[in-house]
Amino acid sequence: MPLLEARDVHGGYGGMNILNGVNMSIEANEVGVIVGPNGAGKSTMLKAIFGLLTVSQGEILLRGEPIHNLPPNKLVQKGMGFVPQEKNVFPSLTVKENLEMGAFLKPGNVKRMLKQIYDVFPPLYDKRHQPAGELSGGQRQMVAMGRALMAEPDVLLLDEPTAGLSPLYMNEIFERVKEVNAAGVGILMVEQNAKQALAIADKGFVLAAGKNRFTDTGAALLADPEVAKSFLGG
Amino acid sequence: MNELVFFINNVIVAGSVSGSIYAIGAIGVTLIFSIMRFAHFAHADMMTFGTFMVLLLTLAFPGVGAVVGLPTPIVMLPLAIVLTALLAVGIDKTFYKPLRAHGVKPIVMVIASLGVTLMLQGLIRLFSGTGAQNLYLAGERKEIYRLEMPFELASRPVIVTEPQIILFVLTIVCVVGLHLFLNRTRLGKAMRAMSDNPDLARASGINTNHIVAVTWVIAGGLAAIAGTLLALDVTFKPDLSFFLLLPIFAAAIVGGVGHPYGAIAGGFVVGFAETLAVFNWAVLLRPFRDSLPEWLAQAGNLAFVGTEYKIVVPFFILVAILVWRPTGIFKGKVI
Repeated sequence: MPLLEARDVHGGYGGMNILNGVNMSIEANEVGVIVGPNGAGKSTMLKAIFGLLTVSQGEILLRGEPIHNLPPNKLVQKGMGFVPQEKNVFPSLTVKENLEMGAFLKPGNVKRMLKQIYDVFPPLYDKRHQPAGELSGGQRQMVAMGRALMAEPDVLLLDEPTAGLSPLYMNEIFERVKEVNAAGVGILMVEQNAKQALAIADKGFVLAAGKNRFTDTGAALLADPEVAKSFLGG
Repeated sequence: MNELVFFINNVIVAGSVSGSIYAIGAIGVTLIFSIMRFAHFAHADMMTFGTFMVLLLTLAFPGVGAVVGLPTPIVMLPLAIVLTALLAVGIDKTFYKPLRAHGVKPIVMVIASLGVTLMLQGLIRLFSGTGAQNLYLAGERKEIYRLEMPFELASRPVIVTEPQIILFVLTIVCVVGLHLFLNRTRLGKAMRAMSDNPDLARASGINTNHIVAVTWVIAGGLAAIAGTLLALDVTFKPDLSFFLLLPIFAAAIVGGVGHPYGAIAGGFVVGFAETLAVFNWAVLLRPFRDSLPEWLAQAGNLAFVGTEYKIVVPFFILVAILVWRPTGIFKGKVI
């Protein structure tokens, strides 16, 4: 049974459909990457999974259990974490407080998880008493991922984690994503830096106009001349 | 030295009294704004409601204070805090929550709160009558402490009353308590998190409805404290706190809306500005009478504004702040 599965998902905002039948599935030990042109519905799909918009047709299953249209706080309880693309930290809270908020539903975990997060993201330990709003973009992204990991999710949804970051930080974030995945957290992320993201992806989903255009392993998609021509800039 | 004593009585003591009341009121306004993003105009009448509850409880159990050794209204205050907190949560459930569920603009919430304020005021008037009533019932005395100054030339004492001392103590307790709550407890941090970014708070599994309720409990409780302490210092009237609405909002905005510490600072800024503006500065010039030009030495009243225009002061501060520094001292949000 796949960890996270989406079957023929339709949905959108205010009656306008953006998703017109998306299918995906990832296992616990896999990194799934969603790529595609602007307006293809990549971020919308993540939001649909995380209960931030109504799924009008199709179903989303977490370990075989239907979860579509559950509110976000229920999904956090069921083991899902979400890192939005923008506004993904609490700017006036310190780094440590940001992380603590991630474990809001599991207050018993705070101590142990803080230690783990500081191990994965050492820069956060030095800045733990600084307000998150004062950090650089890359460090903020670490806080955002750390916050989501504090709840010990089984699957982590990342919306363009490297948007606006320098190539150096981009590689750093991808390294961390692999590390987190190796620790047993399934990852599903949307990425603009398609080549680099597909390189670390076990599964890739190329969306266009709210539908799967190509679905394969990351390596196969990278090698596919048609994908390269239409979506990876040649 | 008597002039200095006069200054202490009329500016330092009086300013601290109004400053404390404004500060406690403004904390509530600013917390509500930071969680629900609207200016809650019914806040002042929540204060009056809390005071009215104290009055009713005091009338019902008049002898309790003597047993404990505190004024009866103070003994009744905790119960009134609970009742006002319940009222605040109830008002939210009945009036504001349905509006929030419809996703209305903040201005709709503001107008709704104006409706709530008129309704509360009418209800209180219906039961209390329109006259002023003393919270100290017959038989209980308002203690007045005269502190003699250790200077030879000071023949007059600094005067502080019992309710004023209780007010100062409770203000410190509220401020320290709020600080510890917001920075040390899980719920307090979640409240700050929701104020920062409500969507992310939800995505972290924080139940935002729960936080909203907690905010109302705190705001309602503080409103009851501020109203009661004001009424102890003066008397209870159905429009007791309505006229505090402007200074309280001025305090919240001066401090930076959404900043609890700013609200405290703003409260004292407005309180002292008021007392300094109506203070008769001619009194302080009196000892130097002989060395001053005649026109200055003869001046009978050198106050910036007459006492009857006290309400103009917070209004002026409010306009000045909105024009020159709309985010307030602590860089809050712009209403």
